[in-house]
Amino acid sequence: MNAFKFTITIFFAAVQKEIVQQWRTKRFLVVLAVFLLFGLGSPLMSKMLPELVKAEPGGEELVKLLPTPTAADALGSYVEFIGTFGYILVILLGMNAIAGEKETGTAGMILSKPMPRWVFVLSKFTAQSLVYTSAILAGALTVYYCTYVLFGSADALIVIKISLLLLLWLLTYAGAVLLASVLGRTIATAAGIGLGLAVVIGLARNIPRYGNWTPNGLMAWATGFTAGADNALAFPGALVGSLAMLLLFLIGSVVLLERQEIG
Amino acid sequence: MGNYPEIHPTARDNAISCIGLSRNYGDVKALNNLNLTVPYGSIFGFLGRNGAGKTTTIRILAGLAQPSSGSAWVAGFEATRTDSIARQCFGYLPQNPAFYRWMTPVEYLEYAARLFGIPQKERKQRIADMLQLVDLTAAARRRIGGFSGGMIQRLGIAQALIHHPQVLILDEPTSALDPAGRYEVLELIASLRGKVTVFFSTHILNDVERICDTVAIIHKGELLLESSREDLLNKYPVNTAELELDNHGQADGQWKEILQKQPWVNSIQTEENVVRITVTDLMRGKQALLPLVAGFGLIINRIQWVHPTLEEIFLKISA
Repeated sequence: MNAFKFTITIFFAAVQKEIVQQWRTKRFLVVLAVFLLFGLGSPLMSKMLPELVKAEPGGEELVKLLPTPTAADALGSYVEFIGTFGYILVILLGMNAIAGEKETGTAGMILSKPMPRWVFVLSKFTAQSLVYTSAILAGALTVYYCTYVLFGSADALIVIKISLLLLLWLLTYAGAVLLASVLGRTIATAAGIGLGLAVVIGLARNIPRYGNWTPNGLMAWATGFTAGADNALAFPGALVGSLAMLLLFLIGSVVLLERQEIG
Repeated sequence: MGNYPEIHPTARDNAISCIGLSRNYGDVKALNNLNLTVPYGSIFGFLGRNGAGKTTTIRILAGLAQPSSGSAWVAGFEATRTDSIARQCFGYLPQNPAFYRWMTPVEYLEYAARLFGIPQKERKQRIADMLQLVDLTAAARRRIGGFSGGMIQRLGIAQALIHHPQVLILDEPTSALDPAGRYEVLELIASLRGKVTVFFSTHILNDVERICDTVAIIHKGELLLESSREDLLNKYPVNTAELELDNHGQADGQWKEILQKQPWVNSIQTEENVVRITVTDLMRGKQALLPLVAGFGLIINRIQWVHPTLEEIFLKISA
């Protein structure tokens, strides 16, 4: 077996192990459940909002001021849910990916075998990407179905577009948390660094002219879709900027791990 | 495989070679110009007190750390380069082996076998053989999370041997085990004699004395000596009387206090009913010891003048 083929074999073995780990440790199910909840809860909340307001004292008058909920509101709420809680989920899922293995000592056991460190890093990212892709798919199907049932119509194309944007948004944060997990010697420090990076990415939206070149632009783009905006309001710079950021996070993770002493 | 154009002649002929190996952590020299050779086929004890530099050396050999200067080879491959494929030629067990707790031994060994590139058709048999070797067949499908320290250590040895390496590197394999676990692991290592070169670090001198044929002592990052165990023991003259008393109760008493005050006595060590008396003047000791202890009415089963133990030599050298 030549060196390239051997390395690819190791990569697939590592990805398979990571996926099984996500399943056995119930992380996959937790992420799936959260996205199903987002997909189910968003249309339901939008539909029920007038009823909920009406049930409150003085709500009868207040509800008259509310516009009639629409399918666009349901999708908008779905994007908002993911934008608010998604990165917390990513931090919780990814903080121990490498820091946890360094802390327990499993990294030393594995990296003393012929596994290149870049394979160690990228197999973890690949497995996480598959988990998020499955979760986004499950969330998309749920939000589409529930919106259709509750509001009588739902645009499948918009759901697909926002799902792709949300996936890239999640993956960029996953890359940042992976870098944090390489930087941190313990799970706790990795979580702290990950949270710090997430805050920095969030604040980057305020950079004049370039704010929309960050993952925040993806979120704004997705929100625009749910509001029925056409492609004129798209932020292609966000696509380029997020992909570049993700690439930097992954390269940074590999380079830093290559230089670290593993205990 | 990567290209290794310059293999040091020493590296070609030895299982492990370290040449001018140094590792600094800030101002601290964890390793200072370490030159070490481990011959093929030996069970090599790498001795040193805590913090002597044993684990640093082993981490460098295992490719988990880089030296500040110098080079190291394992089975002819330069371990101090970062080519991961070079790590196929050795098996490694860290001081505190850690496994994925959700896996079973079969799953972990399968994963390790895949990482070493063992073909699928050979894996099943290889895993069964390893589990049998380390006596874990009955626990093959149990979660590792529930394993005892001894079982973890034995699984660690199995995963380090799964690819039939030429060299087995063990970092303090018995230090965290109870006496029964220690015995099991030492027996297992001893059973590998002649099949694989074993390089293991320890600060437990009894372990080295029991199974090693070659010994090196490291102290404060520097190699103090490297020798075959027999040569080392023979190098130090007979200076110790080993007294086996008839019962345990006799081993402690006033006679020892009086003995300790004798100018020709260096130290006294007691282990159950055996008392080891190291003397500074052998002739004087031979003349005076027996009459003195007989005067106390002790019943002596056996008296023998012997070489100092490895522990006594180690303490003397690394003092």
